Amino acid sequence: MTIFSIIFYVSIGILLCILYFHLSNLLFDFFSKKYSNESSLRAFIFIAPAFIILLIYILYPVVETVRLSFFDKYGRDFVGISNYIWAIKDPEFKRGILNNLGWLLIVPTLSTFFGLVIANLADRIWWGTIAKSIIFMPMAISFVGAGVIWKFVYDYRGPGDQQIGFLNAIIVSLGFEPQAWITIPIWNNLFLMAIMIWIQTGLAMVIFSAALRGVPKEMLEAARIDGASELKIFTSIIIPYLNQTILVIWTIITIVVLKIFDIILAMTNGQWQTEVLANLMFDWMFRGGGDSGRGSVFAIVIMVAVVPIMILNIYRHKQEEKI
Amino acid sequence: MKKNLLSSFLAQFLLLVFVIVWIIPTFGLFVSSFRDKDLLAISGWWTSLITTQVNEIHRTVNMESQIQENNIYIIKENIFVKNSKKKISSFGITSKNINQFLVKETATLKDGSKLTVYENGDYIWKSQKPFKNKKGRRIFITASSPPKFTFDNYKEVLFKEGVGQAFLNTLTVAIPSTIIPLIICSFFAYALSWMKFFGRDTLLALIIASLVVPLQMSLIPLLSFYNDIGALFNISSKSYPGVWLAHTGFGLASTTFLLRNFIKSLPHEMMEAAKVDGATHYDIFLKIILPLSIPAFASIFILQFLWVWNDLLVGLVFLDQVPSEIIITAKLRELLGSRGENWEILTTGAFVSMTVPLLIFFLLQRYFIRGLVAGSVKG
Repeated sequence: MTIFSIIFYVSIGILLCILYFHLSNLLFDFFSKKYSNESSLRAFIFIAPAFIILLIYILYPVVETVRLSFFDKYGRDFVGISNYIWAIKDPEFKRGILNNLGWLLIVPTLSTFFGLVIANLADRIWWGTIAKSIIFMPMAISFVGAGVIWKFVYDYRGPGDQQIGFLNAIIVSLGFEPQAWITIPIWNNLFLMAIMIWIQTGLAMVIFSAALRGVPKEMLEAARIDGASELKIFTSIIIPYLNQTILVIWTIITIVVLKIFDIILAMTNGQWQTEVLANLMFDWMFRGGGDSGRGSVFAIVIMVAVVPIMILNIYRHKQEEKI
Repeated sequence: MKKNLLSSFLAQFLLLVFVIVWIIPTFGLFVSSFRDKDLLAISGWWTSLITTQVNEIHRTVNMESQIQENNIYIIKENIFVKNSKKKISSFGITSKNINQFLVKETATLKDGSKLTVYENGDYIWKSQKPFKNKKGRRIFITASSPPKFTFDNYKEVLFKEGVGQAFLNTLTVAIPSTIIPLIICSFFAYALSWMKFFGRDTLLALIIASLVVPLQMSLIPLLSFYNDIGALFNISSKSYPGVWLAHTGFGLASTTFLLRNFIKSLPHEMMEAAKVDGATHYDIFLKIILPLSIPAFASIFILQFLWVWNDLLVGLVFLDQVPSEIIITAKLRELLGSRGENWEILTTGAFVSMTVPLLIFFLLQRYFIRGLVAGSVKG
């Protein structure tokens, strides 16, 4: 494709979208002149495209995925819960669940913790803004790009050779044997998680930074005058004050981590016991010509894990609207 | 006072450690993408400013280049193909002993011929008998290679490896996938905040619920849905419009939610006044809401654009993995598989894929952060 055909396609797509709204509203204006009040037809015009897309891309698939999980690999014959039974017995599934749990425990916790510490440090130091920019930068990079960056850091050469991976170069200079980090079962998961922590800490940091401005200055001053140490202020004033924000950040990162896929696919594709649910699902969408039944089971397990957060969000939203 | 100074010093030190740990991986990638590929393969990027020792194998030219002078047959050439800044320190003629001779020393080969190699790569090979070798003879050299930075990797990656095309493909995916949801959702968000219709609160709850529905839930049904449509009209089930709509669908909930929160916060007296003057909802939307929402649009545009640009999964599932459609993240993943040891390709490819996000990041960081914070505090 040439640049011109790209511009052509892109403009057509966007123009069609604008035309719909403009023409339908003009038509509506034209025909509704007889009525003094705007009917709910106008609301329909405003809502229809978004609602149809929501229906096709979110609501229908959710129902359909649940249905497919009870059907065979082609989605034709009802097979009861045999896909679920298969999953429970499948060693890869077990590995995936364990790894996902590990990711869920470690990544949100450490990202939130680092984010909080960095936001706190940076607010008190004159070059803090630059520091925050640097810590935040990985948020802009794709997971695959981050994968390449870290694969380069973890690169392994034989013991006699010159190491070109930064981590092994450090290890060797300290007098240890170089390691092929991403192939050491179980531990390799930690090295993959480090990538995610590297990315998500920036997110936690900026949100904490915004929230920290809300901590009353008088309270901090008073504590300092009373001789509280900075550490004490951090643990006894700032953390309790931010506990809502901590919860929010923790849930956001949890959702991202539940769906973790790109990093695994790019770095190991689930080898060396790094399998996770989302990657297994992608795998089963195409493995053996594609098995929609088994693939759906993985999707549903991820979905079920998200449901509590979903309910919490709706509840919180209702509370906010009341105020 | 002394205690304050100490704690401030500790804080600065700790922050510095974080910054260094965070920047080193990206910095290493950046430096490596400009290094000569032969040097990159044998030395760490942190050595890129110092001279590196390299061991290389070269071949002499074959018998066709020999000249005859006073009954002595001579082959005279330079080892290096291009002008090289490498300096040879020693050489060898067997793989067992690659540093057998220093430069300017003369090696006597089995057949009695004599070979001398000079520092700049020139060599002279003399023999009493005519040379009969059809293939060049191997010479092993140890040379010091000065730091070398180049744009060659970029040329190679952009034009030969197809990353340039993938970059354009990603733009083709990302621009409409950002603008279309923005248009559709702004109307939707307006209706959700200021219009009265049946089921509005339910719809809003549905949007909030959809915020966290994992993408994975949609993939299998949508893939078969696309295949059915493709079969029905006898067209390919994978196309750019298909991806645009998929991204619109997956970004719909968050875009609507953020916009709705923003539009809801605008002063409603303005709208009441316009209504009294006989303005329709469409007028109000175009003339009042749209201009006021520009900053919110900027934030949401950036969030969605970066999301789409960095996406891998949707691009893998809804586009063919062919040169005219493959997106840059998918291309990068393909290179990780096929060119896993060619770090000059991987580092450069990764850096090309990062240019747009980094540009947006450094130019529009404020809007990016604003969007993230708005999205998080509420959602």
